[in-house]
Amino acid sequence: MVQKDKSVTIPDEWFKPKGKNSDKIETVVRPSLSYWKDAWRRLRKNKLAISGLIFLIILTLFAIFGPIFSPHTVTQTNLPNQNQAPSAEHWFGTDEMGRDVFTRTWYGARISLFVGVMAALIDFFIGIIYGGISGYKGGRTDTLMMRIIEILYGLPHLLVVILLMVVMGPSLTTIIIALTITGWVGMARIVRGQVLQIKNYEFVTASKSFGAKTPRIIRKNLLPNTMGPIIVQMTLTVPSAIFAEAFLSFLGLGIQAPFASWGVMANDALPVILSGHWWRLFFPAIFISMTMFAFNVLGDGMQDALDPKLRG
Amino acid sequence: MNEHQFDNANALVCNRNEDLDRQKGKNRKTVSTEKVLTVEELHVSFKTFGGEVQALRGVSFELYKGETLAIVGESGCGKSVTANTIMGLIPQPPGRIKNGKVLFKGKDLTKLSKAGLRKIQGVDISMIFQDPMTALNPTLQIGEQLTEGYRTHHKVSKANAREKAIEMLELVGIPNPEERLKQYPHQFSGGMRQRIVIAIALICEPELLIADEPTTALDVTIQAQILELFNEIQEKTGVSIILITHDLGVVAKIADRIAVMYAGKVIEIGEKREIFYTPQHPYTKGLLNSVPRLDLKEEELQPIEGTPPDLFAPPVGCPFTARCPFAMDVCDRVYPETTHLTKNHAVNCWLQDERAKLVFT
Amino acid sequence: MAVYIVKRFFMMIATILIIATLTFFLMHSIPGSPFDEERTTNPTIQANLEKYYKLDQPVAVQYVYYLKSIVTFDFGPSIKKPNETVNSLLARGFPISFELGMITILVAVISGVTLGTFAALRHNGFIDYMAMTFAVVGISVPNFVLATLLIQQVAVTWQLLPPATWSSPLHMILPTLALATGPTAIIARLTRASMLEVLTQDYMKMARAKGLTPFRIVVRHALRNALMPVVTIMGTMLAGILTGTFVIEKIFAIPGMGKYFVESINNRDYPVIMGSTVFYSAFLVFMLFLVDIVYGFLDPRIKLHRKDGDV
Repeated sequence: MVQKDKSVTIPDEWFKPKGKNSDKIETVVRPSLSYWKDAWRRLRKNKLAISGLIFLIILTLFAIFGPIFSPHTVTQTNLPNQNQAPSAEHWFGTDEMGRDVFTRTWYGARISLFVGVMAALIDFFIGIIYGGISGYKGGRTDTLMMRIIEILYGLPHLLVVILLMVVMGPSLTTIIIALTITGWVGMARIVRGQVLQIKNYEFVTASKSFGAKTPRIIRKNLLPNTMGPIIVQMTLTVPSAIFAEAFLSFLGLGIQAPFASWGVMANDALPVILSGHWWRLFFPAIFISMTMFAFNVLGDGMQDALDPKLRG
Repeated sequence: MNEHQFDNANALVCNRNEDLDRQKGKNRKTVSTEKVLTVEELHVSFKTFGGEVQALRGVSFELYKGETLAIVGESGCGKSVTANTIMGLIPQPPGRIKNGKVLFKGKDLTKLSKAGLRKIQGVDISMIFQDPMTALNPTLQIGEQLTEGYRTHHKVSKANAREKAIEMLELVGIPNPEERLKQYPHQFSGGMRQRIVIAIALICEPELLIADEPTTALDVTIQAQILELFNEIQEKTGVSIILITHDLGVVAKIADRIAVMYAGKVIEIGEKREIFYTPQHPYTKGLLNSVPRLDLKEEELQPIEGTPPDLFAPPVGCPFTARCPFAMDVCDRVYPETTHLTKNHAVNCWLQDERAKLVFT
Repeated sequence: MAVYIVKRFFMMIATILIIATLTFFLMHSIPGSPFDEERTTNPTIQANLEKYYKLDQPVAVQYVYYLKSIVTFDFGPSIKKPNETVNSLLARGFPISFELGMITILVAVISGVTLGTFAALRHNGFIDYMAMTFAVVGISVPNFVLATLLIQQVAVTWQLLPPATWSSPLHMILPTLALATGPTAIIARLTRASMLEVLTQDYMKMARAKGLTPFRIVVRHALRNALMPVVTIMGTMLAGILTGTFVIEKIFAIPGMGKYFVESINNRDYPVIMGSTVFYSAFLVFMLFLVDIVYGFLDPRIKLHRKDGDV
């Protein structure tokens, strides 16, 4: 009844039991990495994000030390030398007051980075407190706090910022205040969402049943687990704050002369581009764009790296 | 220990009798010998970042008119890839049909152009998906989702298509079909949605229905209803069904024949009773032993230890060797030829060799 | 649906109220505003201001009258131009700004959706890489930078297109390009991401299994679902475009409302700043409201209300 094919070609001695060989049973072994190590490993693979990071590090170094390499100061005017094209003396040329564009560009970098980072940090603190309380308390408190957020979210941010700047008068501090008054809302929403998601995890219930107090639960358990999307949000806040500062400066609501920000420099360059003084516009424009680009690709990369859903 | 496993399988078979016989009495089908579909030596691979996954490594089987063939196996064994290949739904790239044929009505489906495939998809061959909650487009009315395939293939008026849709909804047991046509998927329960998915699959009166885990996502009570519906529909329309599942309970209820897949190969195939009563492959026995049953004591439940092999670099010999309690030296080295035990029952296992029978006595 | 609309409507009213109140009291607190005692302006303007702001009345009464005039779409006089009011400026400038904004959003939606869809359909292919490179660059270059670069290159160096004003379709190309690039990039990224997600859905597989034409599969099944997130960001995007018109109008010397608004900022014409802010805010919040309603109609799953915290 049983048919066999070609069994003649198989040597008889192969027909003996091998017994169960336990090391033959494959078990899936993966090196278990911590959340942050794993995220860093994946971020490192993203070449674009890493080049963004490197650019930002170099930019920061130049913003701090760049002016040292230049014999000119940021406010030093030299009228006979006005609107000179880039040369060995003035690497990025000069402006209509004969000020050195190279030096002013690094001062602009200081301002842009400072505004961006401060806005992100302040957003972070307000957002984490507001969103943390809202998400953790839940119930009526949450509903009320979220209703407020929903209304604030509907405000046209840049208009409110313009209004605040008009009222408070242009300065570095007021820019940061105006940006954060409107900016924290997005962060608060994200923090709340994260907290809600994680609040019901078992380990939180566990520490509650051990009698841990609320602030301790927030600090020890909730915060480390909510950081991923929050860091991404912070990274993406920086370029939008840099954009907003440049935008305000362009409207005449930014840093006042003789100090410089990239937006102010671009604005000042506007009347002279028709006369071919391209460097006046080119350098601030390219630095604003590249900085925003670097932050955007870094933020995207971190989003991919930190998203636990993608962790196979 | 080996003895024990055989005994266990036998005990299980006896307990299963009741279930199988009850079904048999209810709808004894006369399965014709006319072939609807022939799958020959199908090899399908997928390119991934980690390398090439050989999902199917030579799958062959035939499907007769009016029968239900169940393809069973663990997840990742290639059963869904088989279904998608027949259906022409393998995305290429990353997928690639490297070898083999899918013969349907004299045509090799793997050689058809996309336009040629579209003339068969939904008309001659239809598919039912696992999760009815996601298989329906949430933003389109049920009526449109039902009729669009019919209207694409048959060029009929809206009114005619609507009539047909109502008829189909009645067939699958949805009350008030006329009102239901205007509703959206979220207004239906899971069981109802699966009925709609079935109606969509059947609207062009296909000859072959491929059901990929059609009851896995449903509640147990709903599962029974849907399986009953399959039996009814097959009686009424004579459609051939390929049922992809890992649930042997489902298989016991509606399958005529069973193909057991492991690591991209069919390792045993036979009529339902043959597979349940006289399983030959140790893997098939293992599968049967790993099903929890009320009438067995808990310690008699035998999970199969270990995991299937890595399909990036599949073994030369029998892929089950590493987990097989009867593994011999030969198993690692050469893949066993097919042994035909009866007209329909075939198995690929070295235990069928006379010399093996001397070893395990 | 009705409850949802009513709820959204009251949120809209609340937001406008907040903006109006905020502007009123902020303006009250600064020197040089119409509420400042020590103004030096000409008598016509003085009379206009006293009439509009009820300066002889207590603050509370002023506030109520102010809200009343806003409800009746009266946004007040100018402090610098005796014969102008915010309404007269709006009547002249807003149609142009609106035109610029609408053309921009049309261009951005059409090109962004097309780009994002093709990028997703050719995932990891050449088109995908090109589209996403364009998108990330487009998001990173501020519109005023792009505008000035365009003028310098296209209008001045190559002399292909006129560098300023809004007088003919040819004049509209550069401003629209400058303003639409950012939104196009955002829409393209969003469309691509949501399209990629939709393409993996079971209902897409089911649509293919039905043997439908590729066109129907993409347009009827995929795009409709993939565009939901795009609709949700239309409100905020519109806000970005409208504020963007301020600088674009300034750069291209387009006589729209944005130009007057920037002028009013520069010469501290507070009533105009106040009036335009309130008007623009009301307009944007109303647009947000419309977008929400459109979304409610597009997605049949939204019945009465959205869950809190939904984006």
